[in-house]
Amino acid sequence: MTDKYTQLVSQGLGKDVAKRLGLPQPVVLRRHQPGAPLVTGPVLVSGDSAGADDLATTMLGWGLDVRRNALPKEKLGAIILVLDAVQHPEDLGKPVLTAGASLRDLSPSGRVVTISRTSQSAQTPASAAARQGIDGLLRSMAKELRAGATANGILLEEHLSTTSPSALGALRFFLSGRSAYVDGQFLTVHSTSGRLPSDADKPLAGKVAVVTGAARGIGAAIARTLHRDGATVVAVDIPAAGDYLAAVANDIHGTSLQLDITREDAGHRIIEHAVERHGRLDIVVHNAGITRDRLLANMDESRWQSVIAVNIAAQLRINDALLASEHFKESPRIVSVASTSGIAGNRGQTNYGASKGGVIGMVRSTAHVMEPFGGTINAVAPGFIETEMTARMPFAIREAARRLNSLKQGGQPQDVAEAIAFLASDAAGGISGEVLRVCGQQLVGA
Amino acid sequence: MAAADVTTDGTLDPATTPHTIRQAVIVGGNRIPFARTGGAYVKSSNQDMLTAALDGLIARFGLQDERIGEVAAGAVLKHSRDFNLTREAVLGSALSPETPAYDLQQACATGLETVLGLSNKIKLGQIDSGIAGGVDSASDAPIAVSEGLREILLDLNRAKTAVQKMKILGRIRPKDLAPDAPNTGEPRTGLSMGEHQALTTAQWKISREAQDELAYNSHRNLAAAYERGFFDDLLTPYRGLNRDSNLRADTSLDKLATLKPVFGKSLGSEATMTAGNSTPLTDGASTVLLGTPEWADAHGLPKLATVLDGEAAAVDFVHGKDGLLMAPVFAVPRLLARHGLTFEDIDFFEIHEAFAGTVLSTLAAWEDEDFGRTRLGLQGALGKVDRAKLNVNGSSLAAGHPFAATGGRVVASLAKMLHEKGTVDGRPARGLISVCAAGGQGVVAILEAA
Repeated sequence: MTDKYTQLVSQGLGKDVAKRLGLPQPVVLRRHQPGAPLVTGPVLVSGDSAGADDLATTMLGWGLDVRRNALPKEKLGAIILVLDAVQHPEDLGKPVLTAGASLRDLSPSGRVVTISRTSQSAQTPASAAARQGIDGLLRSMAKELRAGATANGILLEEHLSTTSPSALGALRFFLSGRSAYVDGQFLTVHSTSGRLPSDADKPLAGKVAVVTGAARGIGAAIARTLHRDGATVVAVDIPAAGDYLAAVANDIHGTSLQLDITREDAGHRIIEHAVERHGRLDIVVHNAGITRDRLLANMDESRWQSVIAVNIAAQLRINDALLASEHFKESPRIVSVASTSGIAGNRGQTNYGASKGGVIGMVRSTAHVMEPFGGTINAVAPGFIETEMTARMPFAIREAARRLNSLKQGGQPQDVAEAIAFLASDAAGGISGEVLRVCGQQLVGA
Repeated sequence: MAAADVTTDGTLDPATTPHTIRQAVIVGGNRIPFARTGGAYVKSSNQDMLTAALDGLIARFGLQDERIGEVAAGAVLKHSRDFNLTREAVLGSALSPETPAYDLQQACATGLETVLGLSNKIKLGQIDSGIAGGVDSASDAPIAVSEGLREILLDLNRAKTAVQKMKILGRIRPKDLAPDAPNTGEPRTGLSMGEHQALTTAQWKISREAQDELAYNSHRNLAAAYERGFFDDLLTPYRGLNRDSNLRADTSLDKLATLKPVFGKSLGSEATMTAGNSTPLTDGASTVLLGTPEWADAHGLPKLATVLDGEAAAVDFVHGKDGLLMAPVFAVPRLLARHGLTFEDIDFFEIHEAFAGTVLSTLAAWEDEDFGRTRLGLQGALGKVDRAKLNVNGSSLAAGHPFAATGGRVVASLAKMLHEKGTVDGRPARGLISVCAAGGQGVVAILEAA
């Protein structure tokens, strides 16, 4: 759970002392509970485009307390900065400064969400400059927020409206406690696919999901979260982890499948189990992964090969089986666990970095293959997550890794699981080929 | 309507078709790795291990909160406080607490007998599903107080006054304090199982080399089965153990030949039975999921094999007419005859390796013309078992033998082998199981690929 330092400085004397000494002040983050409200207070929608008006109307329909102008001293649950129509960097000033004037009124664990368009699709240099400017703006703003508040952005392709299903899905994800440890990140919406769930607390109702590496840590959290959201879960792990796996499966009324995912027939076995036992297969989460750290100068072949085999080669082979299967054609979802090591690199992890970078490449390429039948594939890249594995790191290194992010704390397995559950849902149908970092805006590696 | 037909939540859910002979299929199984006594499970009770085996089965087949028709299991070495062992394990598992359970005990045949008993209930329409199983711990074995101390303690319990109690306590002598530990000795002969088998081994002139070779094959076959992932869906790790701890994948005939004999040393002839070709004391638990084909289909579960039939036999070992562990020799021909089958019709032979000598004496008896005529009532020898079909994925010499858990191990493994084999010459693949037991008993069964 929350680390001891965070508990100490979150309240009372510890909070005062930390403040006076200028120590990092992490807070206990707002995390999703079934039935919890989307935001903790009124939502300010800033921006004067038609897209902003449409969005405000939609959010009123959700029963939110929507403001088009801030009231003095009123605490806000979220600020939504709609910048979908900016044509020139000079257009940014007014809406951004208006939103900025309300930042001090943002509640603890409040949210800032920008909505803008991808710079690649811009028609003019000025438009591209304005759109790309939002990238720098958002990431800087996220670093200024305090008390568990986060800032994230939604990027729309040229023709998409602010109220397209996955724009709304991403907005709800960012506003909610599900995105507690996602900070300073963008999600791009590519199409009008997807739909919001009829029951917000059971967005995966009726789905059958397979989670690899589900016996412990992040994988177990993913299995539990998908179950909480309504999915029937097949929990997969190596036979040697079978006892932990059985405990997870029994806890969430799923089934356990003891399987070495590097086996040639692993994909076939997964499909067969899901279809025979549960009648269908909708979601596959590639979570299983290993580390075999060594400096490259000291790396032996078995360390290198085993990491590549488990972390990326197995995923590629299983995906081949999935994509060839008639049972994986109804808007299927694949979500892979990548790592910030695969983006920013990590000393001693050349093999791991190569495998996780490989996951990102695989996801971007496979997105095109899955598009024709409404499938999506995305990756989640966790930063420092509090698990049994990170608990074994040396104290000083662990403490540094934990604090070097905008939220000044490590994430929970739950935080990674929430991002995966969102990307696996119908609401994310218009999002594919994306890599979403769950890292609290880690300060190194962008 | 009888109250017994109604679940406690008031819904009517009886077994579907009463009093009809139906099929009983094996859906699958789960066991924990078997551990040599005093090893990984030294702190585990029978109830702990049986619950773990059940929970792995429940997870594999998605049976959480399921009301199973009945669960039957047992243990050979059992504490008196565990009178409701199986029901307690069910209550500690993820099954519905409304699942009934009973304990059964038939020495080493306990596990196989639970399979046959529940299969019969399924075939008769009494239940639609069942879990059979067995467990044993020689590490956590019950130790009783001596007979003298027991009498004194019972008298003490009946005493009313402090003076009476003091008088009774004064009767305790140092010798009364020695505990009465369980042993594998036969009550009527005083001989251990190993010494009994040594007599039989010598009688059938089974060589040391033949016994060592059988043990070697058991280890080699079991290790190969693990290597190709055969047990991936038959076993769930427990307390850090992923494989049977008795398995010696690197054993060799040379190594086995170096072991000193432990049984039959007083027989005069050369002693041949060693720790290598006898099973060690072992801890472990196993379970088997059974049901009607319809029940399996309705739950989206596989149908590996059907339980065709079973047969029990017993021999008069007390007067030396037959060897203690030779009862299956008589049960098998009776079972085959009932179905008009011969050894040619069997594709897998699972003959429990209590001792290598047991298996080889059994095979020798079946191959003996005179024995077939005079003892089995046949025209000649029952037949020769094709060694290539014998215990092809290893047996108790390698896996170990937690008495009541062996039946479940064999049934689940054989069911999977039969399912993989499918059909032979247009008929379902067929397997024969033979388990010998203390008291001169034996239980055998035939399974067919479903």
